[in-house]
Amino acid sequence: MTDNLEFTPWADPSQKPLIRFENVTKKFGDFTAIDNLTLDIYEKEFFALLGPSGCGKTTLMRLLGGFEQVTSGTITIAGQDMANIPPNKRAVNMMFQSYALFPHLTVAANIAFGLKRDDLSAADIDARVDEMLTLVQLKQYAKRKPHQLSGGQRQRVALARSLAKAPKLLLLDEPLGALDKKLRTETQFELMDIQEKTGTTFVIVTHDQEEAMTVASRVAVMNHGVMIQVDTPDRIYENPSSSYVADFIGDVNLINGTARVVDGVVTMSWAEGQPKLSAKSALDFAADAACILAIRPEKVNISSTKPGSAHNVVRGKILDIAYLGNISTYHVQIADGTIIKAQSANNRRLARRPFTWEDKVYLSWTDTAGVVLAE
Amino acid sequence: MKRLSWFNATSLAFGFAFLYIPMLILVIYSFNSSKLVTVWAGFSTKWYVELAGNEAFLEAAWVTIKVAVISSTLATVLGTMAAYAMVRGGRFFGRTLFSGMVYAPLVMPEVITGLSLLLLFIGIGMDRGVMTIVLAHTILTMCYVSVVVSSRLVSFDRSLEEAALDLGCTPFDAFRSVTLPIIAPAVIAGWLLAFTLSLDDLVIASFVSGPSSTTLPIKIFSSVRLGVSPEINALSTIMIGIVTIGVIVASLVTKRSVAMRAKQERDAE
Amino acid sequence: MDRHGRGGAGRMMRRLVVIGVPYLWLVALFLIPFLIVLKIALSDTNLSIPPYLPQLDIAEGWVGFKAFLSALDFENFTFLASDDLYWKAYLSSLKIATVSTFFALLIGFPIAYGMARAPDHWRPTLMMLIILPFWTSFLIRTYAWIGILSTEGFLNQFLIWSGLVTDPLTLLNTNVAVTIGIVYTYLPFMVLPVYAALEKLDDSLIEAAEDLGCTRIQAFWMVTIPLAKQGIIAGCFLVFIPSLGEFVIPSLLGGSSTLMIGKVLVEEFFTNRDWPVASAVAVVLLLILIIPIVLFQRNEQKQREVDG
Repeated sequence: MTDNLEFTPWADPSQKPLIRFENVTKKFGDFTAIDNLTLDIYEKEFFALLGPSGCGKTTLMRLLGGFEQVTSGTITIAGQDMANIPPNKRAVNMMFQSYALFPHLTVAANIAFGLKRDDLSAADIDARVDEMLTLVQLKQYAKRKPHQLSGGQRQRVALARSLAKAPKLLLLDEPLGALDKKLRTETQFELMDIQEKTGTTFVIVTHDQEEAMTVASRVAVMNHGVMIQVDTPDRIYENPSSSYVADFIGDVNLINGTARVVDGVVTMSWAEGQPKLSAKSALDFAADAACILAIRPEKVNISSTKPGSAHNVVRGKILDIAYLGNISTYHVQIADGTIIKAQSANNRRLARRPFTWEDKVYLSWTDTAGVVLAE
Repeated sequence: MKRLSWFNATSLAFGFAFLYIPMLILVIYSFNSSKLVTVWAGFSTKWYVELAGNEAFLEAAWVTIKVAVISSTLATVLGTMAAYAMVRGGRFFGRTLFSGMVYAPLVMPEVITGLSLLLLFIGIGMDRGVMTIVLAHTILTMCYVSVVVSSRLVSFDRSLEEAALDLGCTPFDAFRSVTLPIIAPAVIAGWLLAFTLSLDDLVIASFVSGPSSTTLPIKIFSSVRLGVSPEINALSTIMIGIVTIGVIVASLVTKRSVAMRAKQERDAE
Repeated sequence: MDRHGRGGAGRMMRRLVVIGVPYLWLVALFLIPFLIVLKIALSDTNLSIPPYLPQLDIAEGWVGFKAFLSALDFENFTFLASDDLYWKAYLSSLKIATVSTFFALLIGFPIAYGMARAPDHWRPTLMMLIILPFWTSFLIRTYAWIGILSTEGFLNQFLIWSGLVTDPLTLLNTNVAVTIGIVYTYLPFMVLPVYAALEKLDDSLIEAAEDLGCTRIQAFWMVTIPLAKQGIIAGCFLVFIPSLGEFVIPSLLGGSSTLMIGKVLVEEFFTNRDWPVASAVAVVLLLILIIPIVLFQRNEQKQREVDG
């Protein structure tokens, strides 16, 4: 992960992207799956496409793999225009959501499948298969058929097979979707490890935001065929560019109001007779323009007495408490009727909790805790 | 564990008796030494001996097998292509007509298929013989192959083909090294079905056969019209025997492979 | 889909071959022969080779084609309607097919029901026993009944031995024998779809019905039958459709009085050499068959929708 802090080719204008989408549109009949999309992906990136089902992320990946042809626009990989280049002529490999392991071939034969299409000697193929089996720790399973493997093992065979040809670019379509939660978390780290070891550019499609945040160097949030935000995981989380992204990634509170900006500080009125809220913002708003304050539950403090030093303090009433063991989430209704979620760590035993249902409480947060968004 | 109720056991017993007693009688009386098929006069295998010496039957059997092998192989190739066109072809000109023509022979009375093909062969001046029976049987049986193969293709995970392309196969390579091995059981089943149907067909063959190309069913039909004969019983017994052994072997093989698979899957856990 | 729209010439070529070859084959050996039947059905009988008029003379071009068209008429169909042999044959075929379907259901349903209720490990064997006759020669299975139904056959021997009758019954060469033959031959077609429907049926539905106050028999009529309906309908069509045009069974088991349309067609063609009338008989038979075929397809469609 420390690499991610130094690895920022997208910020360096002298870097040439590995993949370039220019005004790409893809239509299926009347349905527009990808709408005039422009995007650069750089070498050695671990790039995640995140979005709800039907948002176009899988289509985008299939365009890269060569399984679909663009309706308009161009895709270039390493400077080469990909139009009319069939899948078998692309230095791109794909790991399929269903894994697509050939059921009639052994693990070793599955991995060797792509290598046999190149002009390699049998010894070279064997050596490479061996190398791949070692990489995914499946050496003792080489002679098995796919149906004799567990889900996690199949996933690793699929990964080994798609990496065997040492592609410039590996596409992963929901690679961990079929695994249970515990195995998924373990495998995420394995994937990152392998990506680092092989130095391959990974493009992963997922609908699991946690997964995208964990593995990716950059995350692209898509909806209705459009890129809504492309950024590093921390910026996507801390500085969402729209309420859609804020809402899609993690849990968020949204407060509607009108803005006034003075020296990069937004003062926001949100309800009659209530103290105004303030937040730092890079965005500029016209006077009294509608805006939304997005703030994460874990950044909202809850207390029974009025805190002295916070920038923003709001009163409310506890409607619900969700006890999750390590933390509790309080659902607090504030003056305009909005329900704000506030999370606090349960560092005391449950019996000593300071508040309960129907209690009047104070919610507070700093002026850098939230993000002000245009509507 | 469910147990059969008295009622269900009885209906099964009666049902299977109805299905199997006629064939059983046929088999038993093929070993009858009397010429009269309905009177038992002691055990004998003389009808089998006589059958083995009957040139006309042997000739007809040879023609039938020849026709069945050629027509079912042709029908398997064409039927698989037709299934592929229907499942994977997307939209093309006359698609409805195409699938209509593929499935129509399934419900078309054999007399009509036979009549129409005979009129065609006469119309184009084609001599009737083995060739015309082969063509006619191909049309009859390719629809069965299409049905069997297309039901397998529908459930076939398309990403397997895409994976093969992705790993560098040409489309033809992908078909040969991935699709074909996986749909092979359906293709083989289709071939067997076509083969059996061709062996069995009387009506269409009698329309389109020539004097030099009598098939076994035509031969049996014409001798049966003259009355029951123990030689036909013997022939029937041989045919029933072959089918029974074939079906039992096939089901044992599937059963074993299913059991092996289940065991391997258990081992994988 | 666009997937097929773009791409190289190779892709087009492959598509052309995979679709084109079976397409041409079917047009040449299915569609064209059928059009020939239609054409001959509209022609007139003539003592020539081939025995019908008009002949299309392509050398005469468009004029010849128009002359050819104007010579076609519905005379053969009027003839079919006026001669009571034909409509009696159609009616009798319909009757025999209907009765046979009914008996096939009567015998087939209990078998299918018994199979569906049998212990799981029996089912593959029972299934094989149902399918086995299907792989056995249809002709041989029909032939087997000749020995059973004849005057001195096994059935009469049994009936006289058991004292149920004193004089042997005449069974062979009657419509009864034809019906038995059809039921026997097409029974697997009835059992398989009904079994498939019953096998899917969840036992707890019957238990729920009994829990809610139904007797066993009420539960059967109110739950089992409605849920197996589609399978029953499919089975009935699968027996009815092929028996309507049946030729072999009435020829072997039926008598001179047995009128079935398939037999009439063959006789008209081979014995009377009346090609136009035989073709007209075929066209009418197909028209009659279209109704049950369409109904059958609709039933299958519904079934697919239910299965999702």
